[in-house]
Parts: sequence; C-alpha cells; structure tokens
Amino acid sequence: MSLVNLHQVHKYYGDNHVLKGIDLDIQAGEVVSIIGKSGSGKSTLLRCINGLEEYQQGGITLDGKEVTTEDIQVRCLALSVGMIFQNFNLFPHMTVGENIMLAPTIVLKKSKAEAAAVAKAMLEKVGLAEKFDSYPEKLSGGQQQRVAIARALAMSPKVLLCDEITSALDPELVGEVLKVLEQLAQEGMTLILVTHEMNFARDVGNRVVFMHQGKVWEEGDSKQLLSSPQTDELKQFIGAVL
Amino acid sequence: MIQFSNYDIISNLLFATQWTILLSLAAFVGGTSVALALTAARLTRNSLVQKCVHLYVELFQGTPLLMQMFLCFFGLSMLGYEISAWSAAILSLTLFTSAFLVEIWRGCIDTLPKGQWEASRCLGLSFLQTLRFIILPQAIRVALAPTVGFSVQVVKGTALASIIGFVELTKVGTMLNNATFEPFKVFALVALIYFALCYPLSLYSKHLEKKFHVSR
Repeated sequence: MSLVNLHQVHKYYGDNHVLKGIDLDIQAGEVVSIIGKSGSGKSTLLRCINGLEEYQQGGITLDGKEVTTEDIQVRCLALSVGMIFQNFNLFPHMTVGENIMLAPTIVLKKSKAEAAAVAKAMLEKVGLAEKFDSYPEKLSGGQQQRVAIARALAMSPKVLLCDEITSALDPELVGEVLKVLEQLAQEGMTLILVTHEMNFARDVGNRVVFMHQGKVWEEGDSKQLLSSPQTDELKQFIGAVL
Repeated sequence: MIQFSNYDIISNLLFATQWTILLSLAAFVGGTSVALALTAARLTRNSLVQKCVHLYVELFQGTPLLMQMFLCFFGLSMLGYEISAWSAAILSLTLFTSAFLVEIWRGCIDTLPKGQWEASRCLGLSFLQTLRFIILPQAIRVALAPTVGFSVQVVKGTALASIIGFVELTKVGTMLNNATFEPFKVFALVALIYFALCYPLSLYSKHLEKKFHVSR
C-alpha cells in the first residue's frame, strides 16, 4: 500500500484554480522531489498533504487515512508527518533543546528526561549536539534549519515534507542541510521535497515530479527525467535553472 | 473665609492623589481582565464572536470617555440602578481601557509570524496548547511596553471622574481653586502631580521597549 496517495486533488483560492486534478502515489522510503516554476502549485500541494491547506475536490490519504483540515485530524497527522519550512519557524523564546522537547512532552506525553534524551539523540544526528542550550537566534541559518529537522524527527514521523528548505539559506550553508537530508534518505525516511536543488533531486531523489500550471506535467525516475525531459515546458525549466 | 497656606493646598492635593492612584489601579486591573477575556474570545475564530468584540472596541474607542461616564452614572440611575460616582467611574474606565488594550494586544499577536502557528500545528499541538506555549509567551513580551504606555492614558482619564463628582485629584484641585482663587498655582500643582505619576510610567515603557527589542 502506498504511504501517500493523492487522487484528483483540486484546490481553489477564490476563483484561482491552483491545483487542477493532482494524482500522485508515493511509497514508503521514496525520495520525491517536486520541481516547477513559482506559482505552479508545488508548495500548495505539499501543504495539502499535511492539512495546512484545504482542498476542494478529490482525496488525499496518508497511510490509508483521509487527510482533512479538521483540527483533530491535523493533530493525528502530525504524528506521522513532519514538516520543515523555508523559514525554519523555530520558536525564538525557547532554547534549541526546548524547541525539540516541546511536542514530545506535550503531544506524546513523554517525561522530561525521555524527551531530553530524544532531543539529544536527534541533535547528534544533525551534528549539533553542543547547541542544546543555545537560543535559535544565536545559530546560523543552516544550523537553525538542522534544528528544525531534529525537531520534526523527534516526533518519529513516517514522512518528512520539506518546503524549499534551503531557499532562505546563504549558498555556503545549503550543503550542510542537504547532507542531513541525504543521510535521512539513506536511512529509509520517506521524503517529499519542494526544491530548486536539481543536483540533489537527481543524485539523492528517486523520483521527480514536475509541476506546471497546477498540474503534474511530467514525472518519472529522477535521473532519466532530468537528463531527457519529454515536454517543452520541462526542457525550458531545466534550461533555466541549470 | 478660611485661609489656605501652600502647605494646606499641597497636603490636600496629595491626599486626593491617593484616590486618583486607586482609581487608576482599579481601572487598569479591571480593563486588563476584561481585555484578556475579549482577546481570548477573539482568538477562537468564531466570526460572530469576533464581530461582537469588534463592535465593542469601535463603540468604546469611538465615543468620548466622558459620555461613557455620563451614561454609566446618570443613565444607570435613570434606569433605576443606584450607582455611586466611584462605581460609575471604575465601570466606565474599565470599559474604555479594555477596548484599547484589546486592540493593542491584537496587534501584538498579529505581529508574530504565521509560521509560528503553522509549525506548532504541524507538531501536533492543539489550538490552546499553541496559544499557551508558543503565542502568548512571545506576544506578552511585545505587548508589555505598549500596555504600560497606555496606562498613562488611564491615569489621565481618571481626571474626568471629577465631573461626575468623584473626589480625586482634579476635583480637589477645582475645590481648592474655588476657595483660594489662585487657579494658576493650584492647577499647576495638579498638573505637576499628574506628570509625576505619568512620567515614570512612560520611562518604564520606553525601558521595556528597549529591553525586549534587543532580546528579539
């Protein structure tokens, strides 16, 4: 059974038809990159998958369960879907450790000691064990994003959604974040990324989904799709970003 | 006619200042409590509740405090509710203060990035948990300086209570002026006392603003 399934998903912002019948099927362990011009609906698609945005037609299932924007549903979803944002969205009034421990203690009802152990393990994983007591503002963008990844991982999600997570970073900091993602991919984590990092999509990703005008325009094996695009739109897009 | 020495004038004014302070405190505490309740109501995202809060804010921000006091004092007695000048003053100042604080606090909550709500939601926190652990701790820091700053308006607003006969600083000033015919001296002293009450609050507000601006 697929982990994430989208069936004919339509999304409107008022009169604006943003997603025009998206079909997508993602298996556990897959690394799927969603690429496309801005305004093509990539981020909206991602935000529909974890219930941050409503969709008007069609269906999305996650691990067999239907996705809606009902508060209770979203909270259940949070247990299996982690989300990383472009702007990190760390909680600035909490230390790195507290950021990571918050959801495990409140939502999963773990003890402080248990949550701290998890937080330390996750920080170790992203290479920031020594930053446990720092405040986010003291960290570089790349470090903040790695903390955000650790925070999501602490809830042991089945799938991680990444919304242009390197777009707000200085170029020299992009590598450290991608390295963490690559390591997660190797460990078998399911990743769905909206990204402009074509090299990453090709080398680490299994599959690329090219979105254009609210539709899945072309999709397929990442190496094949990026080296021999079929449609003019994708050819143009690849030409523009590479 | 009784003679008033400068000492008499000052000691009478200082005595009356206690009532001004007490009225300010009562209005501020009352206003804060009502504003808290209204802010919570507004955050529920129920559109009917939000409209009611909006109407409340517009009503009390858009009419003079003096009219609100008259309505509380004279209006309620006409309706058969005996109300003292003290209660009417507290009631109207509470309504007035809360209407402004709700707006100030809404602004503070709105300045927090939407991503804070989203990140919290994605981690599985409920609406109330998000408010308690993510939004309020940050909003309070932002709100502290403007709230203390607004308390200056509350202190000055208490002067209007003199018109419905509540004996506080301004009222005693008027009475002393009637007895001494030295308006310049008496009202300068009254103004000076108000300034002495308000200026430290302004300074404290500025201090808070700096303090929290740096840490963010």
